[in-house]
Amino acid sequence: MSSPAPLVSPNAQPNARPRENHQTIPVPRGRSGLSPHLQRLEDEAIHILREVVAEFRKPVMLYSVGKDSSVMLHLARKAFYPAPPPFPLLHIATGWDFRALLDHRDRTARKYGMELLVHGNEGATRDGVTPFETETGEYSRLMLTEPLKDALDQHGFDAAFGGGRRDEEKSRAKERIFSHRSAGHVWDPRNQRPELWRLFNTRLAPGDTMRVFPLSNWTELDVWTYIQTEAIPIVPLYLAAERWVVERDGALIAVDDERMRFRDGEMTVKRRVRFRTLGCWPLTGAISSKADDVAGVIAELLDARSSERQGRLVDGALQASMERKKREGYF
Amino acid sequence: MPDALAPPANDALPLQSRSELRFLTCGSVDDGKSTLIGRLIADASGLLDDQVASLKDDSRRFGTTDDEFDFALLLDGLEAEREQGITIDVAYRFFATPRRAFVVADTPGHRQYTRNMATGASNAELAVLLVDARKGLVEQTRRHAAIVSLLGIRHVALAVNKIDLVDFSEARFREIEAAFASFAAPLAFHSVIAIPVSARLGDNVAARSTRMPWYAGTALLAHLETVETGLDAEEAPLRFPVQWVNRPDGDFRGFTGTVASGRLAVGDRIVVAASGKPSSVARIVSFDGDLPVAVAGRSVTLTLADEIDVIRGDVLADPRHRPTVTRRFSADLVWMDETAALAGKRFLLKIGTSTVPVTLGRIADTLDVESLRRAPAGELALNAIGRVELETAQLVTFDPYAENRQTGAFILIDRATLRTAAAGMVVESLDAASDVHRHAETVTPALRAEIKAQLPLVVWLTGLPGSGKSTIANIVERKLVALGRQTMLLDGDNLRQGLNADLGFDEASRSENVRRVGEVAKLMADAGLIAIVALVSPFQADRTRAAALLPEGRFLEIFVDTPLDVCQQRDPKGLYAKAESGKVVNLTGRDQPYEPPEDPTLVLQTAELSPEEAADRIVELVLARIGAAGS
Repeated sequence: MSSPAPLVSPNAQPNARPRENHQTIPVPRGRSGLSPHLQRLEDEAIHILREVVAEFRKPVMLYSVGKDSSVMLHLARKAFYPAPPPFPLLHIATGWDFRALLDHRDRTARKYGMELLVHGNEGATRDGVTPFETETGEYSRLMLTEPLKDALDQHGFDAAFGGGRRDEEKSRAKERIFSHRSAGHVWDPRNQRPELWRLFNTRLAPGDTMRVFPLSNWTELDVWTYIQTEAIPIVPLYLAAERWVVERDGALIAVDDERMRFRDGEMTVKRRVRFRTLGCWPLTGAISSKADDVAGVIAELLDARSSERQGRLVDGALQASMERKKREGYF
Repeated sequence: MPDALAPPANDALPLQSRSELRFLTCGSVDDGKSTLIGRLIADASGLLDDQVASLKDDSRRFGTTDDEFDFALLLDGLEAEREQGITIDVAYRFFATPRRAFVVADTPGHRQYTRNMATGASNAELAVLLVDARKGLVEQTRRHAAIVSLLGIRHVALAVNKIDLVDFSEARFREIEAAFASFAAPLAFHSVIAIPVSARLGDNVAARSTRMPWYAGTALLAHLETVETGLDAEEAPLRFPVQWVNRPDGDFRGFTGTVASGRLAVGDRIVVAASGKPSSVARIVSFDGDLPVAVAGRSVTLTLADEIDVIRGDVLADPRHRPTVTRRFSADLVWMDETAALAGKRFLLKIGTSTVPVTLGRIADTLDVESLRRAPAGELALNAIGRVELETAQLVTFDPYAENRQTGAFILIDRATLRTAAAGMVVESLDAASDVHRHAETVTPALRAEIKAQLPLVVWLTGLPGSGKSTIANIVERKLVALGRQTMLLDGDNLRQGLNADLGFDEASRSENVRRVGEVAKLMADAGLIAIVALVSPFQADRTRAAALLPEGRFLEIFVDTPLDVCQQRDPKGLYAKAESGKVVNLTGRDQPYEPPEDPTLVLQTAELSPEEAADRIVELVLARIGAAGS
């Protein structure tokens, strides 16, 4: 009673409260394997996917080939079964994508018979923009945000699905499921439409567009548990393997091709690593890991002590950098 | 301090059986909501290292609690808010225990942001209401409890926070508990539990506190893990709003949607609520193979045993327990737009998967959420809650919100700004006969029209009294009959001697007069006739409503445009003279406004046209319309 107030209560200490035992994580696959929680998330996402197809003229799915995109695509195949998803996939390629990711992308689109659109910013690349020399915020704007906006404008898409989740980052926590963007793809967090029940206001003025996030209410753990239960194929980079890496600014950067710019004294070393998110390879930090299957990733996640975007140098620089990027038209 | 040795509620349950609870937190500014959620997340799932790093950094820059982690900074997401130090929007947070996954809607305490609270509440099954133990119940607490109740949340946890600042006083806690129980008695909550907590110190948040031996209940987290909230929707009658029709080829026609309530099984009989057409469930198709059953909440695709018309917006229902199908109903609105609600304004109404034009009729009253009393009102301002009457252009299908949160909820969309102007909850149909369900017809309007070999139309003449409507309408009918067409003339004055003999000339009676004539004209058209209406019908909204009863292109709105001085001069019925002498009141054009058609099919300037010429123009138009339809 008389002891001073603890900074963090004792039961917030990592080992004070028994953690979930990963041995009990389910292995059964197929529909019966989903917990009531995941079933609800799946049903909600399918509802959102169908609502967009019913209400918009020309939707597209942003396909980054990452784990969230893989789940979103799987959900789309469920939502419109027995028909294929009635929209194309769009990948924004910076030219610095992991090769394994591009392989997975092409294989997946072919396997599911989906139209795949690939857009990038060749002009910026010609002008010498690289992840090594260009400031990361500017790099992200030029190589991701601008080609995304150009692609949406060029094809006249009025709705674009993205795999963003509210648990990723603080400004995303206030993002709507149907996120209205005025002309120029601008996001105004102070002037968002209230989102009530399952009744999404899908009306657009000329020039406006909608970004739609079917995975809004999923957490990273939900995504992985769902990938496991539904046996969804993912890029192997998510699983631990021996990889050549360079230690830089506290992060492990995998050397994916010969364009790597080494700094003085840097050496490549072989480490057993995996990636929690997949961005441009020079900007994506790997983590040391022994998890060479999905069950292992989940087990490590349950013990994780850092949130997933930490591996991304693009985000790390500025407080609230995500909000700024979103205002500019990033997903 | 919290008892670290108290065992967590259920640590052995695997993720496999993990359920989900969505709840919202509300309370007034500085009650400590964000701190409580931050504490729940920290204690239940363990803070992540980089979040703590960011939090320490933020606490130094923005923090309000010296030298401690400010848990609230975990939550306030947007830069502007951090600078102002208040949460201005709904933020969603996630944490989980082995037993349950939680989605928390963090909603603001500021008075002007009621709309955000209603937003958070609409998808929540439980509300955690925060009270500052030092301040007790304040206006905001009452307001939030009332909104929570109105939005259909039936489970409330009253977190009496900052109990450390009143020396863990049982007396103070009991006083607040009793005050809330008495205020909340009329709010129809199924479960209310009061818990003394200190969000800052962690007492009774994740673990039972040892500092309040007088409190025998559970900690907040244990309550959230075990409270049962969900069964109502599965026990209600089947409602399946059709979201999208899946037609990949000629053979497959699947109806996709989310089961709003009840359950569907293969072989179950269903009825399309609006058309009354019956069928039964043939298959429940899914990516993982056909399903035998689908319960409330499941997003599925079904096929029916019969080939009947079903489109997006239709509701498939249990034939023995049908929803209401109507165009006129009363509802409670939470007004969310800067522009106040005024009677007569038109919106789009989205209910289920159906979006239809709607006119806001009478605003009956507003709810004073502090006293829970209703007071008469003429408008609804931002954040006001009130009872209104609505009339849609087409039939809508619903259940009262009190019986079904999925099928009784709607939003209003402003047609100009496209903003979401209101959250709505259906109270009841305004039709006198509530248990009348449409019977599917065997002989259809199309068949009747075919037998008569003509395209049915409604030719609607509107204009000032004395403008020449009746004269022209008579000539039109004579000419059409001479051409072998089958017609029916509906003259406003004649109808007022029979069908509408009970109506006066005030605004409401005029609207009702036009509504009835519109319905009769529609019946005539359904019978296969060309109905010719001669009626002042001064208000655009009334004429639009009549037009909406007919398929696109079958309602010809004809404006008999005669200047007022010409009408007064002609004065065939002596009405203007009587009005002049005070023997007639409420004469349109003189005492009451006349709204000329916004977009008429034809305008007849009778100052320049003889009645015969005017009639010829109409006949020409009618023949062109019939010809265009290939009749």
